[in-house]
Amino acid sequence: MTALSKARPGQVVAWTLLFLGGVVMVTPILFMFSTSLKDSSQVFDLRLVPAEPTLDNYRTILEDGRFLRWFLNSLFIAVLATVSNVFFDGLVGYTLAKFRFPGRRLVFLAILSTLMIPTEMLVIPWYLMASRFGWLDSYWGIVFPGLMTAFGTFLMRQFFETVPDDFLEAARIDGLNEFTIWWKVAMPLVTPALSALAIFTFLGNWTAFIWPLIVSTRAEMFTLPVGLSSFSVEQSVAWEMIMTGAAIATLPTLLVFLVLQRFIVRGVMLAGLKG
Amino acid sequence: MATIALEKLVKRYGPTTIVQGIDLTVAEGEFVVLVGPSGCGKSTTLRMIAGLEDVSDGLIRIDGRVVNQVEPKGRNIAMVFQNYAIYPHVTVAENIGFGLYTSTLPKAEKQARIQEVARSLGLEALLDRRPAQLSGGQRQRVAIGRAMVRNPSAFLFDEPLSNLDAQLRGQMRIEIKRLHQKLGATSVFVTHDQVEAMTMADRIVVMREGRILQIGAPMELYERPIDVFTARFIGSPTMNLLPGALASRDGADGVALEDGGAFVRPPIALTGGGGGTNVLLGVRPHDLVLTGSPDAGAFTLSGTVAVVETLGTETLVHVDIGRRSVIGLAPGRAVPVPGQRVTLAADPAALHLFDAATERAFPRPLLQQP
Repeated sequence: MTALSKARPGQVVAWTLLFLGGVVMVTPILFMFSTSLKDSSQVFDLRLVPAEPTLDNYRTILEDGRFLRWFLNSLFIAVLATVSNVFFDGLVGYTLAKFRFPGRRLVFLAILSTLMIPTEMLVIPWYLMASRFGWLDSYWGIVFPGLMTAFGTFLMRQFFETVPDDFLEAARIDGLNEFTIWWKVAMPLVTPALSALAIFTFLGNWTAFIWPLIVSTRAEMFTLPVGLSSFSVEQSVAWEMIMTGAAIATLPTLLVFLVLQRFIVRGVMLAGLKG
Repeated sequence: MATIALEKLVKRYGPTTIVQGIDLTVAEGEFVVLVGPSGCGKSTTLRMIAGLEDVSDGLIRIDGRVVNQVEPKGRNIAMVFQNYAIYPHVTVAENIGFGLYTSTLPKAEKQARIQEVARSLGLEALLDRRPAQLSGGQRQRVAIGRAMVRNPSAFLFDEPLSNLDAQLRGQMRIEIKRLHQKLGATSVFVTHDQVEAMTMADRIVVMREGRILQIGAPMELYERPIDVFTARFIGSPTMNLLPGALASRDGADGVALEDGGAFVRPPIALTGGGGGTNVLLGVRPHDLVLTGSPDAGAFTLSGTVAVVETLGTETLVHVDIGRRSVIGLAPGRAVPVPGQRVTLAADPAALHLFDAATERAFPRPLLQQP
């Protein structure tokens, strides 16, 4: 009460809006966990605490081999995309920030301009490409469009710009080659940006839906979001199963968030400030 | 240790020429300081020696070998940077070890070298620390350690003390000087601080607008500056310059000063022309001493004390003479008060004379002849 009575009216409004925003964000998550603990007969009972909570849905879904496969597919793809983005976005961002070569600005603008193109416009060319290369229904097919991103390149370039040239020149004089300078000197100096990029990439790939849905037709190649959506078929929608799967799928992201919360907040701030 | 020779060295950035064809030879084991104001090309010159900047024209030789196309790592030089350039993500030992990155020495020997360098710089107890846990002086020592560990043939210093506070700068000056005396390494040191140049250099190279104005030992530059710029740049407080004109009075040639109307008779004959030539009479504050009874024949200026700077060991007095202010020295513990009328006197042999138009010095040895 004391804090509230001391607060200015503007602050009270801001807190109220943030609280309402928080409720809007958290309620679906609570309902997801709640529904996952209900059987099919209770799905449309909107009580938050189930009348007869049950773990049967979890048992069913975990005993179904497909779910584990989808989970591992998603994990593999998200990790691969994250490693690739950190490596290649870092490499390209560093090159654009620290080397002077003809066309540097043009290359950067070209990369940036791809940010303006929505995924929906790209999926058809991607599909044609994947189809011609025989990448349909393969991990490579799912992951290839996200191995590098314009956003990541932009983020890393902005950060490498802030690394003093003296660090790199000192390493050059010490005899390190350019790749080693990047890897051993420059990359550790932009760890906050790398963490932010890794988190965004992991979460983005973990939750990716449209492209994995289009490129994979066999159930064993589904990622988790695509697999979960398959619980909804024409005849019926197994909401309790979808929610149970979603609840399990949320766990890695929650874990990532809890462990790396500090970096995420910093990363969002950095991306906002720098971008 | 190596010799470094620059021959007609030029650096251009697009249409702008930063270094305009300089020639310089640094002898083996010599400590040369490049000094000049910001933008004079001193750091660019150093970076060209290091191989961090391409040479637009001219040659750089290290030990006689032309190194224009040689990568920095192939030049066997070490460089200490202005902001230390020590890596925040690794320990002091690893930072020093970076200097041995390409070395083929066995690991144990590398460790021994790191220990040895750390010992010589008083960093032994700090080897496991990160740079963030070090003071500015300690960080600078780590940077020097990384340069030393490789036993390079030459050291290059790019304003390494400019980020330190005044006291620490004084300490580090002495440490670097001591280190140089111990290692005898050829060193090129860039600074814009004339005190650093004077205290550390075997020879000073004064640069301005991409050219070398004068090269010489510190006292040579102090006593015989070649032009007004060097005269004002070297020495602290800066040299007093009083405008005047060459003139004849009572059959003697001398300089008639604009302010105060004093007539100075330098103990040389200035005949043979120049009557009416505008000149600048230079006198260093330490040569211009406040006195009650000036010696006969001494150059004197009378004026009113404006400001007194008491420095402990000496007292600097700013005296208004006509429209100008000159700085002189109050001897001993005598401290004049502002507003007091005083007379400052200098030995005419200590005077400098510059052509006001060209700003070049009249040859000083002539001034000293009776």
